[in-house]
Amino acid sequence: MSAAPKPRPKYYDLNLAHLPAPGLLSIFHRVSGALLFFPILPGLLYILHLGLGSEDGYARVVAFLGHPAVKLAFLGIAWLYAHHFFAGIRYLLLDLHIGIEKAPSRTSAIAVFVLGIVATAAIGWWLW
Amino acid sequence: MKNPVGAHYGLGDWLLQRLTAVVMLAYTIGLLAIVVTHHPDSYADWKRMFSVGFVRLATMLFFIALLYHAWVGMRDILMDYVHATGLRLALQVAVGLALLFYLVWSASILWGPG
Repeated sequence: MSAAPKPRPKYYDLNLAHLPAPGLLSIFHRVSGALLFFPILPGLLYILHLGLGSEDGYARVVAFLGHPAVKLAFLGIAWLYAHHFFAGIRYLLLDLHIGIEKAPSRTSAIAVFVLGIVATAAIGWWLW
Repeated sequence: MKNPVGAHYGLGDWLLQRLTAVVMLAYTIGLLAIVVTHHPDSYADWKRMFSVGFVRLATMLFFIALLYHAWVGMRDILMDYVHATGLRLALQVAVGLALLFYLVWSASILWGPG
């Protein structure tokens, strides 16, 4: 008689906190992409529209971006863009079959998070 | 023989999703490089930067790439999470219209009066 079968997993733990780094990266890639589409893009277009439209509009944009809360929001936007940017590069490399094994793909996913935060910090340093 | 399954836009979209990503990567790096080297900090500086033909064209190309990229991305998200067909189609139409609006708006910012 064969040994008793291994117990089957009852459910897959889809809690974000328990996802491995590549899964977390993927979810944030989607969330950041959707947020960039709306409301960030129309917001940035409006800023571009005002800022390039007239001297007066430019002054209003500069004053608006000077508020600490707005700066903080801008930093959040920068992080979403940076994450989407670096995660996208990682996907392009994976498409070329670079780093598709489990271990390197986890390392590269962590690298994407680190680079996203470093890029955001650099932009923050430039803002303040 | 005709392939009996599939809507046949998958591979083309997959490829264009990547191509448009590369266009936007290049533009992002190029724009950052211009801003870091020229550090525009007045209305005249920014105006001058976006009056350069190449910058305008590259910016327009960026927005065209973005339109297509966001269309594929948003459609993928909607197909995965919104299963009611009517609602999904309505949302896809809304996304498409929003993207066309962004495109026309960006063109008018780049080439419009003022």
